[in-house]
Amino acid sequence: MINKVVKDAIEATKDIKDGMTLMLGGFGLCGIPENTIRALVDKGVKNLTCISNNAGVDGFGIGLMLEKRQVKKMISSYVGENAEFERQLLSGELEVELIPQGTLASRCMASGYGMPAIFTPAGVGTEVADGKETRNFNGKDYLMEMAFEADFAIVKAWKGDSAGNLVYRLTARNFNPVMAMAGKITIAEVEEIVELGELDPDHIHTPGIFVHRIFQGKNYEKRIEQRTLRERI
Amino acid sequence: MLDKNGIAKRIAKEIRSGYYVNLGIGIPTLVANYIPDGLEVVLQSENGLLGMGPFPFEGEEDPDLINAGKQTITTLPGSSIFDSALSFGMIRSQKVDLTILGAMEVSENGDIANWKIPGKMVKGMGGAMDLVASAKNIIVAMQHVNKAGESKLLAECTLPLTGVRCIKKIVTELAVLDVLPEGGFYLLERAPGVSTEYIRSVTAGKLFIVGEVPEMELE
Repeated sequence: MINKVVKDAIEATKDIKDGMTLMLGGFGLCGIPENTIRALVDKGVKNLTCISNNAGVDGFGIGLMLEKRQVKKMISSYVGENAEFERQLLSGELEVELIPQGTLASRCMASGYGMPAIFTPAGVGTEVADGKETRNFNGKDYLMEMAFEADFAIVKAWKGDSAGNLVYRLTARNFNPVMAMAGKITIAEVEEIVELGELDPDHIHTPGIFVHRIFQGKNYEKRIEQRTLRERI
Repeated sequence: MLDKNGIAKRIAKEIRSGYYVNLGIGIPTLVANYIPDGLEVVLQSENGLLGMGPFPFEGEEDPDLINAGKQTITTLPGSSIFDSALSFGMIRSQKVDLTILGAMEVSENGDIANWKIPGKMVKGMGGAMDLVASAKNIIVAMQHVNKAGESKLLAECTLPLTGVRCIKKIVTELAVLDVLPEGGFYLLERAPGVSTEYIRSVTAGKLFIVGEVPEMELE
């Protein structure tokens, strides 16, 4: 097997440079690559275009990169409650492209599947359709949406092995598998690197061929955005 | 006139056994509380879960298990987890039977606006545009008028659209209405104690009232 293991997030991100386009997995704060984001903040790399469903919150996730003005453009479906994000957007420091969530996922998927574009009905007749080719199939209109091109995809999985095979846990899976397939270089951080053979080949979510670098992260905070509970009766 | 829970209760009566249902944020989330026992209904959460269970008990919340509203939730026996592309695949290919979502405006030809108010901070459309473009059956849960007292049921939407010609049914605190294929709102039911005259006075789009309009039955 080809060994993809690198020491840590610093080594994994060593050639990420100013102006690059990054995909970052996660939905809200669930399943985000915490270690790699911290390394990018410490590294201070700037003018990044970030493709990520959300933009973190103040003081956590991509919110940390926003605080250090490292992000030039966000491509997201929902940017939620983030005061620093809002301030930068209104002041014109940050460019934001909002796209439908399914379109975001499918543009990642297209990239990973080696397809240049997809057709989706999402956004037909809305401002999302502005400037895009529309095609009619069987009486219904669809927008042509292009596959993303990302220099790096950065994903978070639960377990992985040295071959780069990945397994995700619960809804922390979200965008991670499609983004893992879509990066020119894919970095995977995992909670645990297990011995080769420990992951059942039938149960692997992302085959190692898509992963170029893998490392075991540490000190996962896994912050919860909305702690909703049920009363014990 | 109904409160938010009343709207949710009335919408729950539209759910049939065997349905896969996607619930939006706000009033639609409350619908889950009123699905009658014994119905076999599976809730889809577009971040990648089929078979969404109730909120966890304190101490059992798991940061890796949330719904599309980023709330901690649980799974059920028979639940399944998948990635975001697959999730919207099942939405686009119409495997989800019913979508329930909120709206700022609905027009008499079924257009919906629910994601953007020009001049205000825009948070994004999330999965709403994908859902309205593909769902075979969409019910809108909303207040009949906005905070300024203006009708939200219009001849044409004034806000940026989320989707076109896609809404078929609306439940408000005052009424249940169908959106007719040829255009116009058709009054199906009145909330208890609400007159058809009042509903007409707060409906800006074309409204059809035919014969005696029954009151909603909520139980």
